[in-house]
Amino acid sequence: MSSDASAIQFFSGFQVNDLWFLAEAAGGTLLISAIAISVGTFFGCLFGWALTASRWTSLTLGSVLDVFRSVPLIIQLLLFFNFFPIIGLPIDPFAAGSIVLIFYTSALVAQVARGGIEAVPASMRRASRSLGMTYWQDMRYVVWPVGLRAVLPAWAGVALGVLKDSALVSVLGYLELLRASQILITRTQEPFIILSIVGLFYFALSYPISKTTAKLEQRWQYD
Amino acid sequence: MIELKNVEKKFGDLRVLKGIDLSVKRGEVISIIGASGSGKSTMLYCINALEQIQGGQIVVDGIDVHDKSTNLNELRRHIGMVFQQWNSFPHLTVLENVALAPRLVLGKSKEEARHIAEKQLKHVGLGDKLDVYPTRMSGGQQQRLAIARALAMEPDYMLFDEVTSALDPELVGEVLDTLRLLSDDGMTMIVVTHEISFARDVSDRVAFFHQGVIEEIGPAQQLINDPQKARTQQFLSKVR
Ligand SMILES: Nc1ncnc2c1ncn2[C@@H]1O[C@H](COP(=O)(O)OP(=O)(O)OP(=O)(O)O)[C@@H](O)[C@H]1O
Ligand SMILES: [Mg+2]
Repeated sequence: MSSDASAIQFFSGFQVNDLWFLAEAAGGTLLISAIAISVGTFFGCLFGWALTASRWTSLTLGSVLDVFRSVPLIIQLLLFFNFFPIIGLPIDPFAAGSIVLIFYTSALVAQVARGGIEAVPASMRRASRSLGMTYWQDMRYVVWPVGLRAVLPAWAGVALGVLKDSALVSVLGYLELLRASQILITRTQEPFIILSIVGLFYFALSYPISKTTAKLEQRWQYD
Repeated sequence: MIELKNVEKKFGDLRVLKGIDLSVKRGEVISIIGASGSGKSTMLYCINALEQIQGGQIVVDGIDVHDKSTNLNELRRHIGMVFQQWNSFPHLTVLENVALAPRLVLGKSKEEARHIAEKQLKHVGLGDKLDVYPTRMSGGQQQRLAIARALAMEPDYMLFDEVTSALDPELVGEVLDTLRLLSDDGMTMIVVTHEISFARDVSDRVAFFHQGVIEEIGPAQQLINDPQKARTQQFLSKVR
């Protein structure tokens, strides 16, 4: 009797409470993606600049970043997460996931940023230097705005990709949308409803990024 | 005064300037003519240290341009430069294009910079375009914008690198007229150009470049109408 009751509870259908559970998981996705995208973009811009700064940095940093771009994210996550306990430093899934996603994002953004800097014609930069602007004034007031406008769509692509790829952090046990959906599907056996809701959550998280960048692009049509 | 003394410039193993001697006095207009690849642009870039030199010396108003202790950003305030590509800053309006450097480099207030920009833009005939974005303008207008942008720094010298070469033929005139205006104002100018009649009519002297050396230099009328060296004669007969 009692074992039946608990079984029924365990395999119960989708409930309102589960929506809260998914919302909380969406918060997990949002948190780790926001950290990865913001910190990763910051470092990505620095790396992108370094890639253009000298041949030497371009070669060394370039090949390091290539590793992060080409090794599948899931392998990076598992390697990193399992490496620390070996050297006696346990690390929690959130920290490990954030760090790996930051590296991954910055490697992708670095290429975008390099492209942005290179999109500014050398002659335009000579023109600003010939006006007496310093290297950093040229960077800040000419290269940054002109380059940003050129590569904003590419950056948005990276950001949206990272948001979706953050689902892979679920393999470490971090509670985000994908992991929450798996837990609920196992319990409710209602994959269709749950995956639809999860899809909506992902869309809601992506929408501000795509909407904002589209708006900026429109405003920046040079006219 | 701009003085080049035995200036040598190399790109790797390629010797581009092979001992250039040239001095330009205040108020003088010098045109540089010569075949493509003879080093005309490179010489201009060396004068405001956009390029390094490997030998010789360039002195502007007593300052050794390529000395390590020279403050290049300070030096460049005094030397305006306009390029073949007009290089408008596409994200800024015409007014902002001109006001940017006075604000950043000269530390002018927003109001002062605006005032300076308006004045220079009116001078080159763009007074009605202040709030337009440059990509909306013709090449000739953008090139005049580039001239106004350089003039806004109130330079003592202006360097022009084939400023009409990328323009449609019907737009060349308005830019050359702007250069004439500057010459009438008494501006000291070095003008790299393919416009031979402009060189003859507007400049005081003309220098003919050939493979990294000044093959011949002299008063404009005389060098264009009656060149002494065979190579100069050859070049002029081809471009005319
Ligand atoms: N950054 C560079 N690196 C290597 N070689 C260069 C560079 N800039 C110019 N050169 C070479 O130096 C030589 C002189 O070039 P420069 O642009 O000064 O010629 P120019 O007289 O201005 O020709 P044009 O009439 O085509 O503008 C050319 O052979 C050119 O290929
Ligand atoms: Mg040239």
